Amino acid sequence: MSGTAAVVEKPKTYWVAPISYPAPASSGKTGLWRTERPVIHLEKCVKCLYCWLYCPEDTILRREDDYVYVDYDYCKGCGICAAVCPTNAIDMVPEGGES
Amino acid sequence: MSAQTPGGTGRRVLRIRSLYDIPRDELFISGHGLCAGCTAGTIMRMLTKVAGKDSIIVNATGCVEVSTTRYPYSNWLVPWFHSAFENAGASASGIARALEVMKRKGMMPKDKDVKVIAVAGDGGTVDIGLQSLSGMLERRDPVMYVLYDNEAYMNTGIQRSGATPYHAWTTTTPAGKVWRGEWRTKKDIAMIVEAHRIPYVATANPAYPMDMINKFAKGLEVLDEGPSFIHVLMACTTGWRFDPALGITISRLATETGVFPLYEIDHGNFRVTFPVAKRKPVSEYLKLQGRFAHLTPQEIEEIQKLVDERVAEINKMAGKEVIGPVEYPK
Repeated sequence: MSGTAAVVEKPKTYWVAPISYPAPASSGKTGLWRTERPVIHLEKCVKCLYCWLYCPEDTILRREDDYVYVDYDYCKGCGICAAVCPTNAIDMVPEGGES
Repeated sequence: MSAQTPGGTGRRVLRIRSLYDIPRDELFISGHGLCAGCTAGTIMRMLTKVAGKDSIIVNATGCVEVSTTRYPYSNWLVPWFHSAFENAGASASGIARALEVMKRKGMMPKDKDVKVIAVAGDGGTVDIGLQSLSGMLERRDPVMYVLYDNEAYMNTGIQRSGATPYHAWTTTTPAGKVWRGEWRTKKDIAMIVEAHRIPYVATANPAYPMDMINKFAKGLEVLDEGPSFIHVLMACTTGWRFDPALGITISRLATETGVFPLYEIDHGNFRVTFPVAKRKPVSEYLKLQGRFAHLTPQEIEEIQKLVDERVAEINKMAGKEVIGPVEYPK
């Protein structure tokens, strides 16, 4: 699950070398880049998990029962999930205006 | 689960048969700065899932390096190292040797299995980093080298590299009346690496994730014999000029048209892992990409001829016709 495992304790020693620490959003909330939003219609979902598998962003999250939902904080709206969905259960809806 | 060491042998075995065997934990987390629709994210997610927590990623300069580790944050939940463009191979081999010494001196448990994985783009592998890669392979250092090939220097602004295919547009090989895009053919890096006679060489494609994951697992499995090399095609939405949603579709077409055949060479045994009975014409792959938009039918014919030659070569190496003839749509 994205974000949950990201709490890493910083070592107490002083490091001279530049060290980056793991944290989600190293580039900020990348959901702000989005122009189209994926909307999942769970009644059409067959739990094939292709969207979860192909998502380059790790923003398609898996529930325990293998249904999926979207992490809109980080989803960049590329549309790969909609393109690979075999049952067309994911629609790309333009951002802004009426939801 | 992928990574399991049976009692005492130290060898990892492949356990991924279906999508449900892939670990749920993410070690490459969201919020990175890769372009929307960049398939490098898919590749790195799958790679870290296969490798697990006990691995060290050594990254050459490239898209993945600059966009995932903005100081002071990192998107990798595994140890990650970067020093320069040309020395991913040398850095990885140094880290692998250091682990050996630390085990000998008792600074870490002897039975701890730590995998060193070098990740580099095509510029950092086929042009700038070729010498350090070759040295690493020659010394037989236990490192898996993963090349994500987006066929140009996409990070700095789409300059051509040794991996740019014939007739592709880039900013340094523009398409006009005199120049018709790149006029040199793509360097066959997998075969250059195979000439070092290392235990495992493979080509993979993110559109076939089961195939790709098993190749990563196999590459990690042979590490006690020597290095392994995986060449992964990575469709680049910015440099190849296509809609971000089509990344996986175009990757899949690359294999279905025979442009990027999927094979592995395991201890010298050549095997095509994805046989294509009827190839699609190469124009299906080219027409989706803006970098090939300037091509005339004659030039597409030229590319088709190059692909046919390559497929004939692959079939000859496999000893039978594994990739079939082109079937034109009626």
